Amino acid sequence: MQSKAPSPWQQAIQWGLIGGGVAVLLSLVGMVEAFSKRFIVANAFTMGQVLFMAPVLLLSYTGIRRIAAQSAIISALASMLSGLLGGAVLGILLVIGDAINIRAMFRNASPVLFQELAFHQGVTTGVFSLLLAGLVMGGLAAGVFLLPRRLRGAVIQAAIWVLLVGLLRDLIITIVAQWVEKADAFPAWAQWAKAAILLIHGLFNKTIFAASGIKPVSAIVLFVLLGALQFWRAGKPIQAPRRLALTQPQQQRKRLLIMAAAALGFILAPLILGIFFAEILDNVGLYILMGLGLNIVVGFAGLLDLGYVAFYAIGAYTLAVLTSPELGFFNLTYWQALPFALIASVMAGIILGLPILKMRGDYLAIVTLGFGEIVRLLVLSDWLRPWLGGSQGIQVIAQPHIGSKVLASQQDLYYLFLVGIAIVAFIAWRLKDSRIGRAWMALREDEDVAKAMGINHVLTKLMAFATGALFSGVAGTIFAAKLTSVYPTSMNFLVSINVLSLIIIGGMGSIPGVFVGAAVLIGAPDLLREFAEYRYLAYGALLVIMMLTRPEGLWPEERRRLELHEEEVVEALPEAEAVPTGE
Amino acid sequence: MALLVSKNVTKRFGGLEALKDVNLEVKEQAIHSIIGPNGAGKTTFFNCVTGFTTPEVGEILLDGRNITGLTPARVTKLRIARTYQHTRLFKTMTTVENILVGLHSLLKSNIIGSTLRDPRTRKEEAEAVEEARRLLRFMGLGGKGDLMAMNLPYGDQRRLELARALASKPKLLLLDEPTAGMNPSETQAMMNLIHRLRDELGTTILLIEHQMRVVMGISELITVLDYGAKIAEGTPKEIQNNPKVIEAYLGRGSVQEDVSSSSSFGAASTAPSST
Repeated sequence: MQSKAPSPWQQAIQWGLIGGGVAVLLSLVGMVEAFSKRFIVANAFTMGQVLFMAPVLLLSYTGIRRIAAQSAIISALASMLSGLLGGAVLGILLVIGDAINIRAMFRNASPVLFQELAFHQGVTTGVFSLLLAGLVMGGLAAGVFLLPRRLRGAVIQAAIWVLLVGLLRDLIITIVAQWVEKADAFPAWAQWAKAAILLIHGLFNKTIFAASGIKPVSAIVLFVLLGALQFWRAGKPIQAPRRLALTQPQQQRKRLLIMAAAALGFILAPLILGIFFAEILDNVGLYILMGLGLNIVVGFAGLLDLGYVAFYAIGAYTLAVLTSPELGFFNLTYWQALPFALIASVMAGIILGLPILKMRGDYLAIVTLGFGEIVRLLVLSDWLRPWLGGSQGIQVIAQPHIGSKVLASQQDLYYLFLVGIAIVAFIAWRLKDSRIGRAWMALREDEDVAKAMGINHVLTKLMAFATGALFSGVAGTIFAAKLTSVYPTSMNFLVSINVLSLIIIGGMGSIPGVFVGAAVLIGAPDLLREFAEYRYLAYGALLVIMMLTRPEGLWPEERRRLELHEEEVVEALPEAEAVPTGE
Repeated sequence: MALLVSKNVTKRFGGLEALKDVNLEVKEQAIHSIIGPNGAGKTTFFNCVTGFTTPEVGEILLDGRNITGLTPARVTKLRIARTYQHTRLFKTMTTVENILVGLHSLLKSNIIGSTLRDPRTRKEEAEAVEEARRLLRFMGLGGKGDLMAMNLPYGDQRRLELARALASKPKLLLLDEPTAGMNPSETQAMMNLIHRLRDELGTTILLIEHQMRVVMGISELITVLDYGAKIAEGTPKEIQNNPKVIEAYLGRGSVQEDVSSSSSFGAASTAPSST
């Protein structure tokens, strides 16, 4: 079975060069510079340095896992070679940047970048520092790899947590500070809560965080504490892999409990986290709504729709046309216009569905993509300007009201999103395990056989499109009400791509996956403003890494996990005790 | 009386006539086989009956009703079911779910009922699951209901496909090489099962088969196709001695008992090639 494996050294060189290459890429696109002011550990290292050292570390680690040399010493040496090479590649960049001006080609190759690369020293010292740092990274990778499994997991997780805490310093401080203000208004009986808040505030402000990043001592303490926690948790017995049992009442009850807890968390989230977060949560909510809809079309029924933004646009624009006094056609309220907007979205879903019933795969993708563009161009066109506003868009869209209270603030709208998501997720969840959900899945698996089972593919596909369009229409109306205006530029093709990406990252066909995917793709970049510029670079990299390492998504649907990891499941069965083969 | 009648059915693919003027009658509660060399048009005939393709000429009658050109979904509602030459399960659905899809045409719940789960839908769903589990037990797959179809062993997959076909309560069941790739004991079990289906459920069975031992052992009537045309029809004994049939097979291989055509053809290609 074994083909002639390349020697450990060849592999080490390969991974080292890749690591160096990735680090150079991140430097030249400007990410390193963008993060060069953000300390992770105060006065020790910045996020910029993490960004160019982490690739070297990670790829040395990947290399050492692939090499799997017999002796630990060879592994360690190979890994250090990788690290050294990674450092050397960066060193070459530094030398070139010092010798000639490459800014004409690489706009981001600025002096700040080179200072950061050289650890704020001269070029010669900088190059040696890089080589040394690379060597240390390689050694670190080897060290972590050679640790026993349980300890290794703990170390890795603790490191990630420390990194996150350092990165999110400003946010954490903001949230805590906001509670200090609120605590002033606490009644007498809640003084203990006030004291607790002040204590936490002091802890974060004075002990853990410096002006930028974590204080070095705190970082070490945090690392040890979190590592110990992970180590202790990993000691618990691992659950045997479950079989796909959808009907067990015990599991259902557990699921219900988790859902109740999640619901409570969602309701309290904007109150605890404050206004800034409500804005981010609204964006995430918008994409969750759309994700749930597209998940039915793509995830359940397997129909690749790249023009999904069209239904969102139709929902938003119908609401706008019906409510905006600027156009002066109808002047309905939000609630009066809502049903019409939803009907329009569903009709659009059916109209798109009809011509593409017989198409599959690539053809379907291209036609839906075209449909999305047609809708965008129509709302942009001068021809429809008197009705749809053209490139000026439509302003003064009605916001929803309850009684006399208008839902206008981000926090109010958050609850509107929450209600919308709850309804839509409930429908999606119910449909999944039903006659229609099974018909969708059967069509996805094998259309011919599904037809032969008596499934009316026309109706079934149209229902998938209509349901997806409906959910997207809901998102569109809330979006229009949130901004009180719509513009053709927000009906961009990239919206469709974002929604599709979040489904893939969350896990195709998985309802919780949509939530996770939206949080990761939409929420996370908003938390770190510096990231915003590199959003699509990060998306691309994330998608590639996901497809290579975890193609089933972050929170996969159980059946898809089984599909893609069948060997591991079979291996884990008690009968098939793993017999070491000649590897 | 004849359940399925095919009158002068002709199907062309471009210049190739896959079926030429095929006349066939399948009697109620019969076990009827279609045999013939590879490319004789057997599967094309199945596709014509089940609505996967429409013949250019001729008509197909079920119980005297013309079903030519109906969609596969309509044909299924008229209670014809089939299995496939290469197992075509819904691989990432569970065993029970596969059968529930088979029951699709008998269930009624719609999108609103499914969302609200009103008592009627709930009852229908519970009954359907119960029926699916009953069918699984009947097929000897009891206890495997929650496994994913793709994780079943090969023999179980074939039986699951048959169970899925049975779920729609067919009067006429078309089996495309039900014993392909099975070992002798699995083959015997499948033959017994086919007999039980006919005897206990009263299902009429039309099957395509290559293993002569199965064909001769199970069939009451055999139709032989060659190059799309019917060249012979009769009881196993008559077919065995029919000179035309022997001629049709002799050009390509042998028609000796116990030798499946696939194994005799495959022998040459499995010679080890040195690497």
